Amino acid sequence: MVVANIQVSETPLVIYALRRADDALILGHRLSEWCGHAPMLEEDMALSNIALDLIGQARELYTFAAKVEGRDNDEDKLAYLRDVRQYRNLLLVEQPNGDFAQTLVRQFFYSAFADLYWRAMMNSRDATLAAIAAKSEKESAYHLRHASEWIIRLGDGTEESHRRAQAAIDNLWAFTGEMFAVDDGERALIHRGIAVDPASLRGRWLATLSEVTREATLALPQNDWMQQGGRSGRHSEHLGHLLSELQSMQRTFPGLIW
Amino acid sequence: MYTQALNTAETADRDLEDAGKAAQFQARIDAEERIEPNDWMPAAYRKTLTRQISQHAHSEIVGMLPEGNWITRAPTLRRKAALLAKVQDECGHGLYLYAAAETLGSSREELVDAMLAGKAKYSSIFNYPTLTWADIGTIGWLVDGAAIMNQIPLCRCSYGPYARAMIRVCKEESFHQRQGYEIMVTLCRGSEEQKAMAQDALNRWWWPVLMMFGPPDATSQHSDTSTKWKIKRFSNDELRQKFVDATVPQAQYLGLTIPDPGMTQDADGHWRHSEIDWTEFKQVLTGNGPCNRDRMAARRKAHEEGAWVREAAASYAAKRAQRQTAQAAE
Amino acid sequence: MATPNTPLWEVFIRSRNGLAHKHVGSLHASDAIMALQAARDIYTRRGEGLSIWVVPSSAITASDPAEKGMMFEPAESKIYRHPTFYEVPDEVGHM
Repeated sequence: MVVANIQVSETPLVIYALRRADDALILGHRLSEWCGHAPMLEEDMALSNIALDLIGQARELYTFAAKVEGRDNDEDKLAYLRDVRQYRNLLLVEQPNGDFAQTLVRQFFYSAFADLYWRAMMNSRDATLAAIAAKSEKESAYHLRHASEWIIRLGDGTEESHRRAQAAIDNLWAFTGEMFAVDDGERALIHRGIAVDPASLRGRWLATLSEVTREATLALPQNDWMQQGGRSGRHSEHLGHLLSELQSMQRTFPGLIW
Repeated sequence: MYTQALNTAETADRDLEDAGKAAQFQARIDAEERIEPNDWMPAAYRKTLTRQISQHAHSEIVGMLPEGNWITRAPTLRRKAALLAKVQDECGHGLYLYAAAETLGSSREELVDAMLAGKAKYSSIFNYPTLTWADIGTIGWLVDGAAIMNQIPLCRCSYGPYARAMIRVCKEESFHQRQGYEIMVTLCRGSEEQKAMAQDALNRWWWPVLMMFGPPDATSQHSDTSTKWKIKRFSNDELRQKFVDATVPQAQYLGLTIPDPGMTQDADGHWRHSEIDWTEFKQVLTGNGPCNRDRMAARRKAHEEGAWVREAAASYAAKRAQRQTAQAAE
Repeated sequence: MATPNTPLWEVFIRSRNGLAHKHVGSLHASDAIMALQAARDIYTRRGEGLSIWVVPSSAITASDPAEKGMMFEPAESKIYRHPTFYEVPDEVGHM
């Protein structure tokens, strides 16, 4: 056996970068599943653009993580040779595409957060993270705009679209709490001015959600029980299947150049 | 090519039309003038172009599926981004082409409905399966290579909107073939297993790619009028030969063998391929290719499952327009 | 059942500051905001644009090619509108 899972030296900064990189890759991968199957050609174009932005963000963050780690890992080893338990993305982004409403609500919840998050991270004391954030913020701002316009149209469209959009919101709501949680390692990075404290963003995130859903005639759920686990590698069953597809070439033909 | 099923000549309605207008029209074409949407044109010209451009558009959209099959399995992140961008480009090309066809008077929806109903064709090449990663390299190298041969002359097609769409398509497509060839170079410099994968893909795609150029000139019925109208500037066989001549040295560089033991180089340097199995071509065109049913099913599924989204957008737009009218009245 | 039509829009892009918006193509969208977003996603993927206009295709009024003679030929005889019509001695230099 040439290559099994790689070992990653999981220092707080490496884990921090991997969490953001995994979010971007997994969500980008999910969106890329739409390519060729969207409700209209214009939306095929839009979803692919968003997927490409996210894959680009993931690549920069993996490269940063590998550099911080200082072993011989690189973007592809980090993406293709870690198993489910080593992935650190939010449960939200690994949820299946479902129908168009589910995909857009997932995107809306994430982008509303990511836009604020990257904007705050532009002030990171780490110059590389600040630069990645500056580029990603512009991308996320557009993703949020795109998703918001769709949420409004689905919510205030037909009876069926309203029902589907509301069902997607109710279904995905419990995965949003994880975005605002931090562990001790991340807490230390926040104190050092390297990482962003997501809890400080929750009020504005909720305000964006409220504003858009109000215009869309949709309701945000009242329950505040939240599902967690992605950040420490305890995922839903969906991620394993996603990875078995994503990693199939590297797992079948270990150690080759493509 | 993408419109290879156009093998029946349009019946001439021209007798009914002003013979003088027809002569003027032909004079404009002969003078290399571009025909624009509102210009007078023979009904058969309009019909031929609508069919050709919409078949080209359908081909781009169905063509997303075989390559799209590998987006989620691309072996590196760089390859994943490039493949996604390429398949997205094909969607854009379909979109530009539908818009060009629409200038002739049919809506995109009518054209798409005809395709989904099985009444309109798309290129036979997209009815073959992509089985390994090497197929992605081979499609970029050969299928896009063949497409470029066909599309460059179409940039000078007599119908303005089609020619302009093709200029945009050709500009964007310049990276597609290079993307494919780069994958092939990497495979051929790789392990024995990778090289075998590349050879296997070439073996499977070579003959279907030659068929992309359409039936031999001797049996192609629509070429005469298309040539006269400067929709088509080279014959099927001419383009096929150009493609073979360009491709053989590229295969040699890769160290791959073209799966045609009877291929010879003539005194003028042209590579002459053996007889193409046109029975297979006809079978694929009539729906019996390995993937025809899957391709149509995938497009129908996307269309049907997207219906409620399109309805929601339309319904919202109507509500908003109503609210704006009400506001203006206050 | 026939698929209902989504409105057609014409897209104009300003590629650089100082240049005029130029027609680049068309797309389908249910309303103006969606048309603008789609135009961005379709026609500026390679950094082609700094500004976008979208116009409903139905809002365009076009001249009739059959009236080309009446519309455009009268201008052809007004050669005195062009600078080359006038003679200025060479020694005066560029004017």
